[in-house]
Amino acid sequence: MSKPTLTTLAILMQVVRRDLLLALRRRAEIANPLLFFLMVCMLLPLGIGPEPQQLAALAPGMLWIIALLACLLASDSLFRSDFDDGSLEQMLLSPSAMYLLTLAKSVAHWLVTGLPLALIAPVLALLLQLPAIAMPALTFSLLLGTAVLSLVGAIGAALTVGLRRGGLLLSLIVLPLYVPVLIFGASAVQAAAEGYLYQGQLAALGALLALALPLAPFAVASAVRISIDN
Amino acid sequence: MWSFLRSLWHKLSSPRWFYQLSGKLLPWLAAMSLLLIVSGAVWGLLFAPPDFRQGNSFRIIYIHVPASMLAMAGYVLMAIAGGISLIWRMKVAEIAMKCAAPIGAALTFLALITGSIWGKPTWGTWWVWDARITSVLVLFFLYMGIVALYEAFENKQAAAKACAVLSLVGVVNIPIIYWSVEWWFSLHQPATLKIIGKSSMAPAMLHPLLLMIFGFYCFYALALLLSMRSEILQRERNTQWVRELLT
Repeated sequence: MSKPTLTTLAILMQVVRRDLLLALRRRAEIANPLLFFLMVCMLLPLGIGPEPQQLAALAPGMLWIIALLACLLASDSLFRSDFDDGSLEQMLLSPSAMYLLTLAKSVAHWLVTGLPLALIAPVLALLLQLPAIAMPALTFSLLLGTAVLSLVGAIGAALTVGLRRGGLLLSLIVLPLYVPVLIFGASAVQAAAEGYLYQGQLAALGALLALALPLAPFAVASAVRISIDN
Repeated sequence: MWSFLRSLWHKLSSPRWFYQLSGKLLPWLAAMSLLLIVSGAVWGLLFAPPDFRQGNSFRIIYIHVPASMLAMAGYVLMAIAGGISLIWRMKVAEIAMKCAAPIGAALTFLALITGSIWGKPTWGTWWVWDARITSVLVLFFLYMGIVALYEAFENKQAAAKACAVLSLVGVVNIPIIYWSVEWWFSLHQPATLKIIGKSSMAPAMLHPLLLMIFGFYCFYALALLLSMRSEILQRERNTQWVRELLT
């Protein structure tokens, strides 16, 4: 880099820009979690039957569980390519704090996985007969919730990136930590579908995000260091 | 006093010294846990009065409650040991964290199984999605995640560090998980089923339970020390003192 020192914001922006650029060059990888989301939504009526009432009753919980699994599968690739080509090691050697770099990588990861998922969710919700009144709740809860999932998933991804068979292990580690997000996310959609207020659940999701945003990068940074030393 | 504590701290970080000290503690812990668990079990199973509603089936409480308490306390102990091993690079703390995971997982499993057996006569079903049961199930998965992560690494030093990070993440999450599951439960179903509260327990039933709890604490310490000692021997197998010990 030409400049010896960068401001905090500049480092964040640089890493986010780099990761977004890399993601745009491999567009198929952005589409994968969305395709997974779509396909499982198709499997659901095939498995439990096409009755609209039954689907509508299950839709809030199922949509959230499928979105959560899509996020989980996507988080495996968060550090993978950077680990393989050595750029993660270069980041560790760079003068910028690993805390900032991992925070920026998690944000970029959310922009290419969680954000599209939240935006596409209402379309899939239509397929599953979710009442239209619950659409805003679904989108907003997914926007907040997938950000927490990305941050927590980054911890698991950083811990398992150095292992040859990390994929299944990642889900074992991370799924118990996803429990609170699922509870509040699904409950927000459920409440909205039944015509109740759902702002309380969104506030709880926001609180989880406010906790995860400053704390998770600490764990991610030390986990990256351990995986690289290994 | 301060210098004594500091020298104790430094000595504790030496696996050799820890091995010798724990060897002196073992017979005492074994005797204590045997005495407490046998007397608590005999008192609780034979002499404590039956519950006026649940009859004799409540007696499983004498295994269930101590196991659940140790399952939770064990996770905190593991996370503290993990934190110490990350901050001060203390080998003994690293070994303690590694050994606490399977013991804690076993106790959590015991708590789930006894709870399920207790549930059959009391609630009429093996499994209820009650807030406490769900949190303990999540705790079991957190333990299993740590065991699985440790096994996945070939380099055991990196494995211990990774598990220390994960246990710290878990210990931050446990209150959040507990609180959210509690909230979920109160939202989904009214609390019709109630496990007997501690305060409402008659002293004749409570005293054997306290004996069992202390007995389980001693047994936990015993199991942890035994497991740590064998891990120390395995790690230090190439050192002089282990060779001298074995010859």
